[in-house]
Amino acid sequence: MTKAKRNQPVTLMAITIITVVAVLGSCTSVKEYQKNKLNDAEMVLGSRKIQKTESSFQTYREGASGANGGKTGGGCGCN
Amino acid sequence: MRKICLSVAGIFLTFFASFAQSVPKDSVGYKSRKLTFEEANLVSSYYAQDGNNAAVTGGIGTQKLTDISNTIDVKFTKWDKKDRKHSFDLEVGIDHYTSASSDKIDPFTVSSASHADTRIFPSLAWSMENEKKGSTLGAGISASSEFDYMSFGANISFAQKTKNRSGEFSAKLQAYIDNLAYITPIELRPGGGGGGGNGEEESRKDYPSKARNSFSGSFSYSQVINQQLQIMFIADLIYQQGYLGLPFHRVYFNGAILPVIENLPDTRLKIPIGFRANYFLSDKVILRSFYRYYHDDWGLSAHTVDLETPIKINPFLSVTPFYRYYTQSAIDFFGGYKVHTAADQYYTSNYDLSKFSSNFYGAGFRIVPPKGVFGIQRLNMLELRYGHYTRTNGLNSDIISMNLKFK
Repeated sequence: MTKAKRNQPVTLMAITIITVVAVLGSCTSVKEYQKNKLNDAEMVLGSRKIQKTESSFQTYREGASGANGGKTGGGCGCN
Repeated sequence: MRKICLSVAGIFLTFFASFAQSVPKDSVGYKSRKLTFEEANLVSSYYAQDGNNAAVTGGIGTQKLTDISNTIDVKFTKWDKKDRKHSFDLEVGIDHYTSASSDKIDPFTVSSASHADTRIFPSLAWSMENEKKGSTLGAGISASSEFDYMSFGANISFAQKTKNRSGEFSAKLQAYIDNLAYITPIELRPGGGGGGGNGEEESRKDYPSKARNSFSGSFSYSQVINQQLQIMFIADLIYQQGYLGLPFHRVYFNGAILPVIENLPDTRLKIPIGFRANYFLSDKVILRSFYRYYHDDWGLSAHTVDLETPIKINPFLSVTPFYRYYTQSAIDFFGGYKVHTAADQYYTSNYDLSKFSSNFYGAGFRIVPPKGVFGIQRLNMLELRYGHYTRTNGLNSDIISMNLKFK
């Protein structure tokens, strides 16, 4: 494994922490009655129901999975 | 196949209609102590793929496959005496697939479980939300059954909102206890035969079984940034143990004529971390974005970027073009047809675990008419979506999905 490859997770972690601090620092207080846009059905933070089969076939056809709110096991994907 | 689809739709509509007639409409502020129908969703999909790197035939040969999937979920709610909201989500799914490569497990059987199979996967989820405390508790069970594979799952979850209700932390623990039939390629079976090999009908009991267990913890934190932007950080930790290969995946060693069965380690640790940001750009355009970094101890690293832009043509109709880019490295144990040698401890020619990139793009549209879809009041929403998938090693697929929501 090359040095650059070994450092990849560390670099990503550092970018993530910097992003978290920067983004959370810019938060403003939003009242319930101000959340009409945030509550829009297409603003939901996660995969939507219609993406269910897409997520399944991507799990079968690709080596990576998880971190998308879907299943993280069960079923063989043997087709 | 058409019969299966029509039957599923028929059962769904009959089931839904029986509740629709007995449940009164909610009024604003009313909290029913009785179990009340909330919504039902029918998601149907047709998937077709083709390629030339089938794992069943050692990394060469057709990957032609079709899959029809139908999932029905029905959600009920009730409020208890402590003013906590209980939600019950019952889901039943059925997949039917035909696979040209799987038919090569035992090419002498004209119609076998290897050529086509049906998977049934029911699940039940419960959650209890305490609005005063901003907390939610949940639990669920699931099962999945097909000819050569059984899976039972259970999960528990907890979520807590921040004091100002702008952020939420959630955690979910899951376990899947799986069992697979050890169906090897016909030429590798003792005596050259197996279940059903003599013209008898095959049974799951004709084959030995292997265990596979998966345990995972999923943690997320979501935060409202302002009136138009919300984000989420997700981190999963997944541990698998048991038989993690598939017994009908052939590997041809360099110089060998007869294949062997793929051999993979019996544990795997996966660590995906993800980030979502959804932004209401203007009155008509939403940007949905997702990024994931993945790494596991088989040596596979991957990046995923997903972008969607729902465009609201009017308050009841939206069109959503989307694009997804994915790239992965190969696992340490991958080799193509006749690349591995007998000196290798672990080996597979499954191209799903090889180095490649993929592009997935398409569009969907969604209608939510105030008087119901096609004038049917209870048919609240119709969504259609089509996507085309291409992989740099030649695999292509198409998928079309439909979601009907009843309220």
